[in-house]
Amino acid sequence: MINDMSPYLNSNKIFIWSKKNLFSSWINSIMTIIALIFIYKVGTFFLNWAIFEADFITNFRGEIITDRTFCSKNIEVGQHGACWSIIFVRFHQFMYGFYPVEEAWRVNVIYALLPLALIGILFDKLPFRKIFIYFTFAFPFIAYFMLYGGPGLSVVATNKWGGLLVTLFLGVTGIALAFPLSIFLALGRRSNMPIVKSICVVFIEFIRGVPLITLLFTANVMLPLFLPEGVKPDNLLRALVAVTLFQSAYMAEAIRGGLQAIPRGQIEAAQSLGLNYWQTTRKIILPQALKIAIPPIVNTCIGLFKDTSLVLIIGLFDLLGIGRAALSDITWTKLYYEVYVFVSLIFFIFCFGMSRYSLYLEKKLKTDN
Amino acid sequence: MTIIKTLFASLVLTFGLATANAGTLDVVKDRGNLICGSNTGLAGFGNPNDAGVWEGIDVDVCRAVAAAVFGDASKVEYVPLTSKVRFTSLQSGEVDMLSRNTTWTLQRDVELGLEFVGVNYYDGQGFMVRKDLGVSSATELDGASVCIQVGTTTEMNLADYFGANGMSYESIPVETNSEADAAYLAGRCDIYTTDASGLYASRAGYPDPSAHVVLPEIVSKEPLGPSVRGNDSEWADVVRWSLNAMIIAEEKGITSGNVDDMIANSPDPETQRLLGVKAGYGAWLGLDDAWAANIIRQVGNYSESFEKHIGVNTPINIERGLNALYKDGGILYAPPFR
Repeated sequence: MINDMSPYLNSNKIFIWSKKNLFSSWINSIMTIIALIFIYKVGTFFLNWAIFEADFITNFRGEIITDRTFCSKNIEVGQHGACWSIIFVRFHQFMYGFYPVEEAWRVNVIYALLPLALIGILFDKLPFRKIFIYFTFAFPFIAYFMLYGGPGLSVVATNKWGGLLVTLFLGVTGIALAFPLSIFLALGRRSNMPIVKSICVVFIEFIRGVPLITLLFTANVMLPLFLPEGVKPDNLLRALVAVTLFQSAYMAEAIRGGLQAIPRGQIEAAQSLGLNYWQTTRKIILPQALKIAIPPIVNTCIGLFKDTSLVLIIGLFDLLGIGRAALSDITWTKLYYEVYVFVSLIFFIFCFGMSRYSLYLEKKLKTDN
Repeated sequence: MTIIKTLFASLVLTFGLATANAGTLDVVKDRGNLICGSNTGLAGFGNPNDAGVWEGIDVDVCRAVAAAVFGDASKVEYVPLTSKVRFTSLQSGEVDMLSRNTTWTLQRDVELGLEFVGVNYYDGQGFMVRKDLGVSSATELDGASVCIQVGTTTEMNLADYFGANGMSYESIPVETNSEADAAYLAGRCDIYTTDASGLYASRAGYPDPSAHVVLPEIVSKEPLGPSVRGNDSEWADVVRWSLNAMIIAEEKGITSGNVDDMIANSPDPETQRLLGVKAGYGAWLGLDDAWAANIIRQVGNYSESFEKHIGVNTPINIERGLNALYKDGGILYAPPFR
């Protein structure tokens, strides 16, 4: 291509590019300059606040910060920096909730193994992919044993779980369980069998018709009233069921969108080759439909991951809940920005990761040129 | 809507009754720990500290009950409950008791089928002003601007109080506590009004807490106390007397520090009954005779709990006020232990 062989130096390229895009007319030039000043001001303000003037472990006098009164900004008027000590002092709670300190290594092992369990299904060009896939299927059992306990490991009841652990548990497990369920729901909704079809339609429309909060309330508050005495399903499990059902209904609609985009001729061609329904679906329809449905599927996944913070209202401390509990402690009260910036950052890392992965997948699966 | 409400209430009642038949005290003893509904986080009343341990005066009631039943105040599992789910969680038997700054009202006591066993904090709506305003009483506030959360009982109480005293005010509506803090600190209003305990907790977080005063007038009744399901009076008695034991201990001057000395040396008959020196009183509650001594040893008396979590030496800085013993000018009063 001609551009790539351009004789200009790099700096010239930038100059030409910016003349074309940023300074094409005097009004654009003014807007560019205003925008640059704005970015500079906000950027330096934020960096000063978050890093250069911030307290991490010690304050400006070198004292170790054990409560909010030691924060530099609470000692001297001129100090404005963030006081990140609240995050460090409560780091265990942010990461593991009330999980016993001496058992936290078990959660760390699972945090470390989680990427290994995911790459097998996320990337198909991986060497030894089969081994990774086996590991993926073994992972839920390993995770259950490590996190909850069993022979050789003490039991840590789920009411001790919290923070990032609960957020990831609900997010990852909810998405993983909802995905297969949603495929069946989407296929069922397009089925010719009236009973299957109506069950799927009613399920999807009912779940989509109520807010997640309502489902969580129902699972948490109403369920025990209907169950016989003594049967008390685990609180976290109830939330997981609600989250999974919610996610599967939304994902099913995303997948149905993909299914509807497949031309009828594809199915007819498959049938004329003698493929039965399942063969047609598995080999012809789903691979194409899921590819089309990637953006909306990832969209619902990101939405769900953030929605997990709603479990606070049924008394589970997810990452955000732990942050709010920290703020309610008189030792740290009023450090709103520090806590919310930290929690947003963690949510952003995961959500941005998901969105980048979906872009990668779209590019890889792009077959039309 | 009424039909649905009635249906729901009867449903709750039916299943609530079903759970009660087991006898909560026996259930708790068999299980080996107490499940206590707590706040999701309210400074001084109930929140997890840096080490993840729950503390606060509401939490201390849970700990007292555990100390009475098991002789070990740490045998409590806390279930954080929002104000929306607290009553259903209690009714459905998910928690054995509720101790999370809940106001005792007729409707909750009777219609919701709960039983409030006492009051561990007498709260009420108060007013906070800047000290440099030079105001010492709420009756001097004629014409002031007031930051107030919209749609709350606080709003109605305010109108009632100013109307009854023939004063006028300008209302500055805000949505949340933190918004109220910001508006008040920015000088958008002269007065900030909400429950007095909330005012104290807010003030503790201000840059210069000593520049603000909470006025002595309290314009509404908000008795906060622990509650249990309304159909298990045996269990209600255990919780009620666990709280009473803390109050009586203060009255008798028994503290976590001198309890063993009191057991050995106190000549006072009521102290002897309370501490199990005279045997037989624990059995009435289905507990052993050392139950109250265990509460005082591990949790402390009411005053110790109050001073440790919300008293004048904590950042929250609440005077005893109404919550002082009846003989010290407050209204804290426990029935005799006999």
